[in-house]
Amino acid sequence: MQDFRYLYDVSTLSLNHEACIGCGMCEIVCPHGVFKVENKRAGIIDKNGCMECGACAKNCPPEAISVNPGVGCAAYIIQTWIIGKNGNSRGIAKCC
Amino acid sequence: MINNMKDDCCSANNEKGSYGKVSHLKPFASTPLMQNKKEEAACCGLPPGPECSKFARPGYELCGFVEDFIDTAAGPVPRIGTKLSAADHVMSVLARFGIGRDSYGIAPGIYCTGTPDADSPVLVTANYKLTFDALRKELASLSAWILVLDTRGINVWCAAGKSLFSTEEVIKRVKVSGLDKIVSHRELILPQLSATGVSAIDVKKGSGFKVIWGPIRANDIKNFLNAGKEADKSMRRVTFTVLERLILVPVELSFLVKPTFLILLGIFLLSGIGTDIFSLKDAWGRGLMVAFAYAAGIFAGTVFVPVVLPWIPGKAFSIKGAVTGIIAAFFVVMTLKNVANTWELTALFLCTTAVSSYLGMNFTGSTPYTSPSGVEKEMRKAIPVQALTGFASIVLWIGAAFIK
Repeated sequence: MQDFRYLYDVSTLSLNHEACIGCGMCEIVCPHGVFKVENKRAGIIDKNGCMECGACAKNCPPEAISVNPGVGCAAYIIQTWIIGKNGNSRGIAKCC
Repeated sequence: MINNMKDDCCSANNEKGSYGKVSHLKPFASTPLMQNKKEEAACCGLPPGPECSKFARPGYELCGFVEDFIDTAAGPVPRIGTKLSAADHVMSVLARFGIGRDSYGIAPGIYCTGTPDADSPVLVTANYKLTFDALRKELASLSAWILVLDTRGINVWCAAGKSLFSTEEVIKRVKVSGLDKIVSHRELILPQLSATGVSAIDVKKGSGFKVIWGPIRANDIKNFLNAGKEADKSMRRVTFTVLERLILVPVELSFLVKPTFLILLGIFLLSGIGTDIFSLKDAWGRGLMVAFAYAAGIFAGTVFVPVVLPWIPGKAFSIKGAVTGIIAAFFVVMTLKNVANTWELTALFLCTTAVSSYLGMNFTGSTPYTSPSGVEKEMRKAIPVQALTGFASIVLWIGAAFIK
């Protein structure tokens, strides 16, 4: 996926090195190779490759990873602007 | 609609069905009556089809992909075929065009392939028929259990993103299906992309089953199992090949059908405005020019952008869409340069570019690498520009009618 790069310096991904136990789960579940475990600690080696899918944070046993997960879809985001993320009386934002 | 398609889908699972050896359906045997030509001529329609499968049950529909049922401690489990039928292919193509796509689900629960036993692996998947087909066609000569979740007929990754392919659903489906009675091990193989919605730790806590992250693509399943349930790096990375991009185009286009009717109505109405207040002749003649520019914008944003995606300059999709849009807009101007004046050509140019930029931006929702933070960032900048360009196009177009 190195051929496909999206906007840089936008990802909300962050990793608390102190809390990391080096289990390597993030390295397994990330579809973009954002993490690498070295010396029994995970590190972010390609933050700009992150698409904020949230798989790493969901599967981090010590909850050392935080990311604001979501769907990178223009149509969906427009709806959240209009009716809010959780929706109002007009219903919730529908994804594709 | 889907429920009527006997070969493709079932309205409920067949757990209440009897089970045993494969019942080979016998072709219709001609009765002595039918052999009498005179009698046959008196009958209406084609000869009747084969008799009902012995697995048929009132109120259920037998899925075309079910070969038979095997007996397990948790009841009969349908054994599925690994070859896709012509009907499967046809329905897949239709779904790719957005037809029947929203109701293309199969019944959740446990299925199997080959001759699985208590030690066979359990593959977990979504109940979108396209997903299920992509998996089962890779399972030839393999013996495995397949746990199909109720993801409301949505594929693995999207369902995970919508919290439908979720920790709770995995735990629930393991319990409902009685999987613990069927297998002696306590392992589930989940597609890697479901990790967005599933916490392996919580599944273990809630069901006693350990999650093993399988490969992203179903066609790696065999290699994954042969390698002792180990995925290499290539199995763990999403790809976005030209074929993977192209296959998304029809459904993207299908989303545009409805708004296009309204937009065309607007185009023809606005094109009729002029010195005669409203001219039907202009509405049609000038309207067709805008419709052409609009169609060029759709092509540039929805077809051109996905195909040449990695080679178009720019990272933002609105810019990629604008680039292909400008190319298409030049084509529009060259085509219409003898029938439209400079004001009109400028308006058409802007129209194609704005439409393409907007639709290019919309393609972010179909790629496997755009982050929501990035999409929102580019939208905040791009939408005002697109709107302004579109507005300028409309003003120029209506204004041109008065200058003429």
